[in-house]
Amino acid sequence: MAEEMKMRATMQGDAVDVKVLIQHIMETGLRKDPKTGKMIPAHFINQVSATLNGKMVLDMQWGVGISRNPFVGFRVKGAKVGDKVAVHAVDNLGTVFDGEVVVA
Amino acid sequence: MDQVRRNFLKSMGAVMAVCAAGLLKSGSVFAATWNTQAFTSKDTADAMKLAGYGGAAESKDIVIKVPDIAENGAVVPVEVTSNIPGTTSIAIFVDKNPSPMIADIGFMNGAEPFIATRVKMASTSIVRASVKAGGKVYTASREVKVTIGGCGG
Amino acid sequence: MKIKYVSLLAAFLFAVSALAVAGPEQDRDALIAHYKKTFPNIKFGDYIYGALSMNPDAKGQYDDIMAFPPYAIDLDKGQKAWETPFANGKTFASCFPNGGRNVAGNYPYFDKAEKRVVTFENAINACLKKNGEKELKYADSEMGLLTAYARSLSDGMKVDIKIEGKDALAAYEKGKTYYYTRRGLLNFSCASCHIQNAGKFLRSEQLSMMIGQATHWPEFRAGTDIVTLQKRFMQCNNNTREKPQEGNSEEYNDLEYFLTYMSNGLPMQTPVFRK
Repeated sequence: MAEEMKMRATMQGDAVDVKVLIQHIMETGLRKDPKTGKMIPAHFINQVSATLNGKMVLDMQWGVGISRNPFVGFRVKGAKVGDKVAVHAVDNLGTVFDGEVVVA
Repeated sequence: MDQVRRNFLKSMGAVMAVCAAGLLKSGSVFAATWNTQAFTSKDTADAMKLAGYGGAAESKDIVIKVPDIAENGAVVPVEVTSNIPGTTSIAIFVDKNPSPMIADIGFMNGAEPFIATRVKMASTSIVRASVKAGGKVYTASREVKVTIGGCGG
Repeated sequence: MKIKYVSLLAAFLFAVSALAVAGPEQDRDALIAHYKKTFPNIKFGDYIYGALSMNPDAKGQYDDIMAFPPYAIDLDKGQKAWETPFANGKTFASCFPNGGRNVAGNYPYFDKAEKRVVTFENAINACLKKNGEKELKYADSEMGLLTAYARSLSDGMKVDIKIEGKDALAAYEKGKTYYYTRRGLLNFSCASCHIQNAGKFLRSEQLSMMIGQATHWPEFRAGTDIVTLQKRFMQCNNNTREKPQEGNSEEYNDLEYFLTYMSNGLPMQTPVFRK
């Protein structure tokens, strides 16, 4: 797992409940640097996808309005203990974040 | 593809131009490319239209869980559940934000039409959740108050 | 004869020791009674939530966010700082009883030999110094991240501050005096807000009760910005338009001693989300 991503996946009934946290500044591009007086450029995760055993289950587009150190929770039916959930995220500067977790 | 990229870079500032070179190559692992126009629109109705949620009908089958008064506008928990059969996507908007469109989430292959996240709210505003289901669009909203406080211990 | 002497001695010693801690314990009991009257529907154990215990909408957001807080990955960095060996191969755990587990509730304590209050941060820096490493700045974010993790090893531990002997009592009394002294252009004391007006609103903020406050520091404001307890003292000083002190000042350490004693018996949790 990348240092910048933490994931949890636990079975709840017949669905896996997945919680993801990504370490990211999610800078909006609307703040001014008090020292330089210049606008701090936008730097935010804008695309996130999740897969269950390699099959895509979630395809997300994010704007700058998602909070810093973004959190996302979702559920997938038909999962079982031992399955693999993976998350792939990209930010507007092209940095990639990958993480995966085994369903508990 | 190139025109979308140029618009995107223009709206994000000159600094981005140097760094974003490899961005769209990774588009192959996402079902859709980033909807620049919708995400940079300054008006919810406009953003909804641009994201394909225009003309949405009000629905009581979209459940939005948000606080009445945000503890801190930087991190407001939002949960959306769509009970509309055949839901394929949920989009979240915060009307009073500089760019109202927060997120657009597509569900497939068993994912439940449910999303939990945390959003930034600039001020007291309507939070809107819109849904695409069975070729139609639906929407619901809740108001969240945001105060400028700050010495919570 | 012999028995009578022993029982007299025992009675005398009991009386003397009771006298030594009668003040603080009475102070604490009086405050608990005050808060029980002010907040008849809030359980003593929930005082650790401060203003959150007064507002279900706010507490709901806290619970949501604490389930997977924004600082979870920052905390990993604190863990790395705690576990990384010094140049000499030792780690922080070697400086604390029980490897640092279930000890934070004993800080601050009064060092009789040095005749001063010793805070958890003092102990961290003493450990660094003892092992030939550079000490950390007080109230700084590096100290904050390290102690956020280190203190989490004592989660659930009940605060258990001791005041033994007249020097310790004097330090407690100094902290108490600071707490009740009006200061700054706005002429508020800590007590003005957190004892006299606990539960009331100051602008848009509901004031927390003082008992329970010391159980949950450092904290992450908005879930991302770390604030240590003494940094919070500085912010409170600023709020009353008083010049703040430096972290680790004698006054702040005595204040922390007094404040933490007042939270005796309540379970600790570090770090936490706050607005």
